[in-house]
Amino acid sequence: MAKWMSVAQVKEKIEESSAEEVTAHYLEVIKKSKINGYIKVSEKALEQAKKIDAEEHDGPLAGVPIAIKDNISVVGLPSSCGSKILEGYAPPFNAHVIEKLLAAGAVILGKTNMDEFAMGSSTETSYFGPTANPWDLERVPGGSSGGSAAVVAAGEAPFSLGSDTGGSVRCPAAFCGVVGLKPTYGAISRYGVVAYANSLEQVGPLANNVRDIAVLMDVIAGYDRRDSTSIDSKTEYQKALVEDVKGLKIGVPKEFFGEGTHPDVEKAVWNAIHKYEDLGATWEEVSMPHIKYALASYYIIAMSEASSNLARFDGTRYGLRENGENWHAMVSKTRAEGFGTEAKRRILLGTYALSAGYHDKYYLKALKVRTLVKQDFDKALSKVDLLMAPTMPNPAFKIGEKIEDPLTLYLSDVNTCPINLAGVPSISVPCGFTDGLPIGLQIIGKPFDEPAVLRAAYTFEQNTDYHTKRPLEVA
Amino acid sequence: MVYENPDGVRIGLEIHIQLNKLKTKMFCGCSTDYHNAAPNTHTCPVCLGLPGTLPVLNKKAVEAAIKVGLALEGEIAEETQFHRKNYFYPDLPKGFQITQYDFPIVSNGKVVIEGEDGEHAVGITRAHMEEDPGKLVHIGSIGKSKGVLIDYNRSGMPLIETVTEPDMRSPKEARRFLDKFRNILEYLDVFDGNLEGAMRVDANVSVHWGTRVEIKNISSHKGVERALLYEIMRQKNVIRRGGKVSQETRHYDEGRGVTLSMRTKEEAEDYRYFREPDLMPMQVTDWIPAIKETLPELPDAKRSRFIEQYGITDMHAKSLTSKIMLADFYEDVCAEGVDPKIAATWTADVFLGELNYRDLAISSYDGKKISFIHAKDPKIKNSFKVSDMVELVNLFAEGKISDRAAVEVIRTMLDTTEEKTPSHIIEEKGLFKAEDDLVTKAIAETIAENEAAVQDYLGGTEKSLNFLVGQVMKKTKGTADAKTTRELIIKELKG
Repeated sequence: MAKWMSVAQVKEKIEESSAEEVTAHYLEVIKKSKINGYIKVSEKALEQAKKIDAEEHDGPLAGVPIAIKDNISVVGLPSSCGSKILEGYAPPFNAHVIEKLLAAGAVILGKTNMDEFAMGSSTETSYFGPTANPWDLERVPGGSSGGSAAVVAAGEAPFSLGSDTGGSVRCPAAFCGVVGLKPTYGAISRYGVVAYANSLEQVGPLANNVRDIAVLMDVIAGYDRRDSTSIDSKTEYQKALVEDVKGLKIGVPKEFFGEGTHPDVEKAVWNAIHKYEDLGATWEEVSMPHIKYALASYYIIAMSEASSNLARFDGTRYGLRENGENWHAMVSKTRAEGFGTEAKRRILLGTYALSAGYHDKYYLKALKVRTLVKQDFDKALSKVDLLMAPTMPNPAFKIGEKIEDPLTLYLSDVNTCPINLAGVPSISVPCGFTDGLPIGLQIIGKPFDEPAVLRAAYTFEQNTDYHTKRPLEVA
Repeated sequence: MVYENPDGVRIGLEIHIQLNKLKTKMFCGCSTDYHNAAPNTHTCPVCLGLPGTLPVLNKKAVEAAIKVGLALEGEIAEETQFHRKNYFYPDLPKGFQITQYDFPIVSNGKVVIEGEDGEHAVGITRAHMEEDPGKLVHIGSIGKSKGVLIDYNRSGMPLIETVTEPDMRSPKEARRFLDKFRNILEYLDVFDGNLEGAMRVDANVSVHWGTRVEIKNISSHKGVERALLYEIMRQKNVIRRGGKVSQETRHYDEGRGVTLSMRTKEEAEDYRYFREPDLMPMQVTDWIPAIKETLPELPDAKRSRFIEQYGITDMHAKSLTSKIMLADFYEDVCAEGVDPKIAATWTADVFLGELNYRDLAISSYDGKKISFIHAKDPKIKNSFKVSDMVELVNLFAEGKISDRAAVEVIRTMLDTTEEKTPSHIIEEKGLFKAEDDLVTKAIAETIAENEAAVQDYLGGTEKSLNFLVGQVMKKTKGTADAKTTRELIIKELKG
C-alpha cells in the first residue's frame, strides 16, 4: 500500500481490499514510527474497522482512519492533553466532532502528541516527550498540534484533527509541510475539546491536501446545541473546491512580514502571491496598524482564560492525586507535580493578569486591543477578498533550541495569533522549502468565508507541486 | 410614630435561593429533583465539570429570574451576561462558579414590609443568576470528622442571589423581610422553601452607622434573627468597652447561638472575575412583556382583595395571604358558599395556629387538600381537605357544635392520618351540642346531689359554682356549653 494516500485513495483501497486492511497498514507504519507522534494508539482501531466492513457502513468516511489530538475526548481512550495531571483520566463521553466522525464511519487510530494543554508552538512541553519533525528528526514539528501534523506528514494517518488557539494547527502544518485549517470561531462545536482558551480556539483539520480538509469539514462542522458559541453556517465545503481565482482580490498586510522573517520564507510567500497573479488574481498591500499589539493581547487573554480553565485539575475527582495532610495541601502537591513548567507559567501569568489591581491594566486592555485587531481585519477584508502572509516567520527550529527561552517561542506565534483574536478562518498550505524544510502560506478570509479560503488554497495546490513532496527521513 | 433606631442598626441581606421548581439545572439537563436521591446520581459531565464540557443556559432559569425581578419591582437589564468567579473548593468541580458580575439581570427593586413603625420599604440592590456548588458531607460531626464526602447532586442547581440595601433597622425587620421575600417567591411558583438548602442567607450588620460585619450562611429565618440579635449585642459591647468593630466575616454557630470570626478584610479572597467565554451575552428585553403576562397576583394585592371581597379583617387577610397555598385553600373553602368571615377565623386563627403549634409547614395544595410536613422531621406529614373545612364551618355556623368542639375536631384531624370527616369525629367523640332538656335535667340532678356545694356557693364561695358546672359537664359528657350551663345554674339558685 502506498505510504501517503489521500482520502480518495484510502477509500479506493478500502473498496479493493477492506477497511481492516487499510487500518492494519497504518498501524504497521505507526509501529515503525521514528517521530513519537502518538501518545496512545487505539487498541480498538482494527476492531472498529472490522465492524465497518461487517456493517458495510456507507458513511462518507467509512473505514477511513484518522488521528485525533489528545485534547479531544474519545470514549475508550485516555485524554491526557500531554499532561501528567490527567494521568489515568478517560472521558466518559465523546466530543461532538468525534460523534460526527464515528457516525461518518471513520476509524480512530489514536491520540496524538501535543504541547501540554496546547500551550506551546513546538510540542516540546508534552509530558510524553517531544515529537520529531518528519523532515528533520532533530527539529520540532511545531505546535501545539505537533503530533497531528507530524503523523500526517509521516504517512501515519491520512488526516487528523488538531486544535488552534493561537496557531496550533497552522504552525505545525507549516513546519511539517501539510495543510491545516483554523475555521471561523463557531464553525465547529468545541464540546468535548479540553479548553485552553475558550474564546480563541477551534478544532481544525490537518491533511496532505486541500480536498481532504474540505471532506473533513463537511463531516465535523455545524451547529451543536451543547456549544452556545457554535453557529450553523450551512457551508458546503467540498463545493468550494473550484480551480479558479480570476478576479480574486488579495491583500498583503505588510505587518505580517516583520523584521525577524526568514528571507526564504518571505520569498516563497511572494512567489505564491505572484503565482496567484499569474492565475488571474490581483494583489494590493493593506495596513493593519494594531497587529503589532496582537501578540501581547493574545497571550494575556489566553493565559487568563487558561488560569481559570485549568483550576478544575485539583486531584479531587480524576487524574493525578498526590497525598497531602489536608485538601489544600493535596491540591497544591498535585498541581505542583502534575503540571509542567509552561503550564505553570501560563497559570501564574493568567492569574496575575486577572488579579485585583492588574485586571484593568492587563486583561481589560488586552480585550480592548482585541477589538482593535478585529476592526483591522474587518477593514482590510472589506477591501479585499483574502489576506495572504507567511504562516510562520521561520522554518522549524531544532528541538531544545528555544524551549529555555519562552519569550522567543511566544514570538513565533506573531502571524497566527491575530487570526484567533479576530475569529476569522485561516489556512496554511505548503508553498516552498528552505534547506529542505517546508514553508507555509497563510490564507485568511472573512468570517464564515471558508469557501473563498479553500478555493484559493485548492487552486494554488492544483498549480504547484509543494504538497506532493514527502519527507525522505521517514520514507 | 417614627422608629428611632436607638443603636443605629443597619442590616443588609444577601439571599441565595434555589430555583428548585425548575425541572432542570442551570447549565445542563440534569433533574433538580435530587433531594431524596442517592449521592451523585443527579450528575452529568457538565455539572461534574469534566474537561471539555460547556455550559448551556437554561432559558427557564432566565425567565424565572426576570419574573422575580418584576415581582421585586426591579429593572431588568437590557443585556445580561455571565462571569466566572474563581476560587478553589472541593465542592466546586470547575474551580470557578458561573455567576453574574457587573451586568446582573435585576437591579433597583424593592419589597415593602411591616416595619418597626408601619410600612417600610427595603431596597433591592440587585438580583443575579448563578449556579450552586455541590455539597460536602462530613463523616461524623464537623469537629471530629474523619473525612469528607462530596455530593455533586446539588452542583449546577439554578440560584438567584438577591442583595438588599442596608435598609433593615432591627433583626425583627430582617426576619419580616425574609418572610415576605419567601412568600413572594412562592407566589411566583419558582421556589419551594421547604426543601433542604432552598434558601441560604448572609447578613451584613453594623451599629451606630459604623463598620459592617458579615455573617455567613445562615439557613433559617429564625436563625437570621437570632444571629443578628447576638451580633448587635456583641458590637455594642465592643464599642462600650472602647473598642472598634473590625470589618470581618463571621460564622453563625446555630447550636450555641453565637457568631465566630472566620476571616478579616485583609484575608478577603480575590475572585478574579472575568466574562464566561462559553456563554454569549443575552438581550432579554423582548421577553419581558410575555413574562409580565404570567405574573400572578402578588401577596399585597391579594391581601387587599381579600379584605374587599370577603369582608374580613386586615389581620386575617394578612395571615391568609402569607402563604399562597393557604390563600388558595381559603378561597376554595369560600367558593363552597360558607360564611367567609367564619371561614377566615377557623382557617387563619385556629387551623394555622394549630399547624404552627405542631411545627407543621404547609408544603402543597392540590385544589382539594392542603398538605403539610413537620419542619424538622419530614417523615411526619398530613393533609386537610377543603371539604372538611367547609363541613366544619357549616356545622359551627348552624350552631350544631360548640367552638370548643370545633377546635377539638381540627386538633384530632391534625393528629391522625386516618380518613375521617368532621361529622365522623363529632359522632365518635359525642361532640354535638347537648339538647336543652338534657342539660336542664343534669342541672336539677346536680343541685339535688350536691347540697353542700350549693350552700357554699350561696354563702359566697364562688369556687363552688365551678365545681357544680363541672358536675353538669360530666353528666352531659362535655356536650353542654359551659357558659350556658353556668348561667343556668346561677338562674336556678339565685332566681
